[in-house]
Amino acid sequence: MLRNQVQLLSKIATNDGHGEKSPYFDGWKAYDSDPYHPKENPQGVIQMGLAENQLSFDLVQEWVRNNPKSSICTTEGADDFKDIALYQDYHGLPQFRNAVARFMEKVRGNRVRFDPDRIVMSGGATGAQETLSFCLADPGDAFLVPTPYYPGNDRDLTWRTGVKLVPVVCESSNKFKITREALESAYKKAQESNIKVKGLLLNNPSNPLGTVLDRETLTDSLNFITEKNIHLICDEIYSATVFSEPRFISIAEIIQENENCNPDLIHIIYSLSKDLGFPGFRVGILYSYNDAVVNCARKMSSFGLVSTQTQHLIASMLSDDVFVDKFISESAKKLAIRHAVMSQGLAQVGIGSLESNSGLFCWMDLRKLLKEQTFEAEMELWHMIIYEVKLNISPGASFHCSEPGWYRVCFANMDDETMRVALRRIHKFVMQKKGVERKQCRRNKLEISLSFRRLDGTHKMSPHHSPMNSPLVRART
Amino acid sequence: MTQTPGEEPKESIRSPTRTGMRLIVPLQGVVQGSGGLILGSLIPCALFYFLQSYLKRKRSAPPPPNSPSGSTSAANLSELPRSSSRASLLSRRSTGRIHLSVRANPLAKPNDSPCNIGMDRVREDPYDEMANPDGVIQLGLAENRLSLDLIEEWLSKNLSHSTLGLGNDVLGLSGIATYGPVDGLMEFKVVMANFMTEVMGRTVSFDPSRVILTSGATPAIEILSFCLADQGNAFLVPAPYYPGFDRDIRWRTGIELIPVHCRSCDNFTLSIAALEQAFNQARKRGQKVRGILISNPSNPVGNLLNRDMLYDLLDFARERNIHIISDEIYAGSTYGNEEFVSIAEIVDTEDADKDRVHIIYGLSKDLSIPGFRVGVIYSFNEDVLAASRKLTRFSSVSTPTQQILVSMLSDTRFTQDYMKTNMQRMRSMYDLFVVGLRELGLECTKSNGGLYCWVNMSRLISPYNENGELDLWEKLLNTAKINVNPGSAWHCIEPGWFRFCFTTLKEKEIPVVIERIRKVVESCKPSV
Repeated sequence: MLRNQVQLLSKIATNDGHGEKSPYFDGWKAYDSDPYHPKENPQGVIQMGLAENQLSFDLVQEWVRNNPKSSICTTEGADDFKDIALYQDYHGLPQFRNAVARFMEKVRGNRVRFDPDRIVMSGGATGAQETLSFCLADPGDAFLVPTPYYPGNDRDLTWRTGVKLVPVVCESSNKFKITREALESAYKKAQESNIKVKGLLLNNPSNPLGTVLDRETLTDSLNFITEKNIHLICDEIYSATVFSEPRFISIAEIIQENENCNPDLIHIIYSLSKDLGFPGFRVGILYSYNDAVVNCARKMSSFGLVSTQTQHLIASMLSDDVFVDKFISESAKKLAIRHAVMSQGLAQVGIGSLESNSGLFCWMDLRKLLKEQTFEAEMELWHMIIYEVKLNISPGASFHCSEPGWYRVCFANMDDETMRVALRRIHKFVMQKKGVERKQCRRNKLEISLSFRRLDGTHKMSPHHSPMNSPLVRART
Repeated sequence: MTQTPGEEPKESIRSPTRTGMRLIVPLQGVVQGSGGLILGSLIPCALFYFLQSYLKRKRSAPPPPNSPSGSTSAANLSELPRSSSRASLLSRRSTGRIHLSVRANPLAKPNDSPCNIGMDRVREDPYDEMANPDGVIQLGLAENRLSLDLIEEWLSKNLSHSTLGLGNDVLGLSGIATYGPVDGLMEFKVVMANFMTEVMGRTVSFDPSRVILTSGATPAIEILSFCLADQGNAFLVPAPYYPGFDRDIRWRTGIELIPVHCRSCDNFTLSIAALEQAFNQARKRGQKVRGILISNPSNPVGNLLNRDMLYDLLDFARERNIHIISDEIYAGSTYGNEEFVSIAEIVDTEDADKDRVHIIYGLSKDLSIPGFRVGVIYSFNEDVLAASRKLTRFSSVSTPTQQILVSMLSDTRFTQDYMKTNMQRMRSMYDLFVVGLRELGLECTKSNGGLYCWVNMSRLISPYNENGELDLWEKLLNTAKINVNPGSAWHCIEPGWFRFCFTTLKEKEIPVVIERIRKVVESCKPSV
């Protein structure tokens, strides 16, 4: 069959809008071809580029075993089977929407109320982002997105929709905070290029930073969008992964307090993939304060409905208050411990990370290890880390970070032992690199006070050691 | 106004319009006689005054209301109940207009199509033999309830609580904690390919590596459309056709659907000549046709496409270098009168042109589980598979669902028994229903598949057009209290045809339905 007889595919099918050529996904390919396994492939690549939350899965498993009626596919639950298996209404089961609304309220400390009728399903948060993009903007329009941001946004918000993303540059000098100046500057730039800005996308807690937005930033952003009469999309997918102060503040709280805002501009994206560790369920939620958007998004949800069997299970699970309260607190504790192990393990070899209190990752500062402060050097170092150190971490460039040298490393998708192996590899790598440099520079010495065992058991939540001021570290055991 | 041409009026008064002038001059002549000067000036003045006031009234009529670019109208607000999350926020609305996208605007209003109205009525007032015997009976939804008990039984037997304790991860729990492949687990693709092979008559073998799984056939067809055509391109589709295609294919993609009308004289069979004509007309309009979308078995008619037609379609597509999308979602819902031939079988015998053929499938109809959300894109084109695969991340099948279905579909003894029993039950319901309709003098097209009959009620509508059809539809809904689908919603060019789905009924409900229709039939005067 001759190639030239093949019918040309569409532009969407043949362009790079899927974003899979980004280095973010290259690392995954390296992992897929040589995945780490403690027994079968101990020299394989450890996956640290995937933000999955597997730390509290045992709690979920236990609940399901104790509640067989929740699944319609068991003897106990079979009575409900007929109705559930046939139900495909895009409104979604009322009990599902109620349960999700109550869960979202709990995660926000019951400081806000969510209306179950405003909850719209989608095929994961991926689907929710895309649906919102389809509803709010036309091809050629743009959304402002603070950098660094999750690479999936490029695909989810722009691929099929034809919408553009305009970066709002945030800098390490002020901990990547979103400033009013940066917002204004990005907006102006778009206008100068004749690009119509339709909205601002905030990710709170942030991926990849792991930080929560403070009240000032949220209020500033709200004022900004109100003034410009553009939409505000808040992706709060990591809202229940906050494990220490400052507490999470949802946009829902801010709009309750803020007299000047227009609720028709406010939309929230959510999912159960991160907070509960259920990416396989494909539960995406779109919550909008705008009736027209709810209406339209609900019709679009036909393209990504949550299976009713899943809705039924989740409705049961999230209605169990005892389970939910326990889960939220246990999950936060486990994340806190794992985060400390990671950040302190890095600090031991002089690698700092951005001070963070949420998310499933650390935003690592490897600027000191770069040959030169360029993105080429960042890529070079990254290739070394993937192919020699055998860790799949994600380079800052793939998150559109404006400065080279930052990398995202995920810590919640593996067990304790794998974590140890990963840290050992990092230590070895850094020591080797510094072994070369030791001859060139001898300054202050820092004593390593924690061993691995003590790190796991009795961690203390000490403030992170900023590498920006610290000299090179010499290990002493 | 008189049409006699006028000479320039000698008076200094100028008429504002030509027609005014034409009136004034002859009148001047009329009144020239006595007091002619006064009358001669009064009359034009009066006319002028009346003309001006008429024009003023016309101008001040309110212009058609601007379609709001997203501002919340009262109609929208009435749909959702007020809640505390918004109540306190309402008073603080700013005066700026909120802009939504062009795509969002036409649909932000509530949908008042007959399909939706009918569905709402059933929801509000559902028939129940005991509790609500006067309720609305649903005949407008292509759902198959005839064999659900078989699936229920299988699930209870095979997924009992006891098996959970044996470490058998039947609920697929371990799968949900991780991200799986977006286009479905390999195990699921294997069983799905085998199931499709079984369902389509075992004449061709389906390859798991060509199976892409999506959360329902709805996203499957949208994703395929995104891959095969650009915004502004078109697909030819035989009409009458399933109205969901308007949403699935046209809405977000911007692809047009060009109906190719089929007629009752041919039993609504597609003709290549009609396709040819539609294609040529599109080309003249400057519209690029990228493919043909066929449904086999067809919805709403229930026809099966035979081998000759499939070969002809492939030739047609090849000559014009376009795609064929074959929606075979009802492949397992045939009555056994005629052999079902999948386009996969035709492609199998011809090595060339595989790249232009794509099949849509799903478990919502044949396996009666629309709530589970399982759809399939099956393509012979590697590039299409690669692109579709990436797009399924917006519409993936939930992992626990996949794992349960892997168990179920692997049990081939069950699936074969199910298909056999289901076919028998469908056949018997179809026969009973058709006989019942015949008693009322209503004929259906001869159909061999699908969950519905395509009924000719044209002699009962008056006038013989879409309005007459909708009047009858309303009568059926409000008087007979049955929800059926009017052909105009299915883009049927001949008025008076209705789709009746019989698989949501129990056998004993058929006489009830027939009686109710009888009342309406008797009250309608047949059109001359």
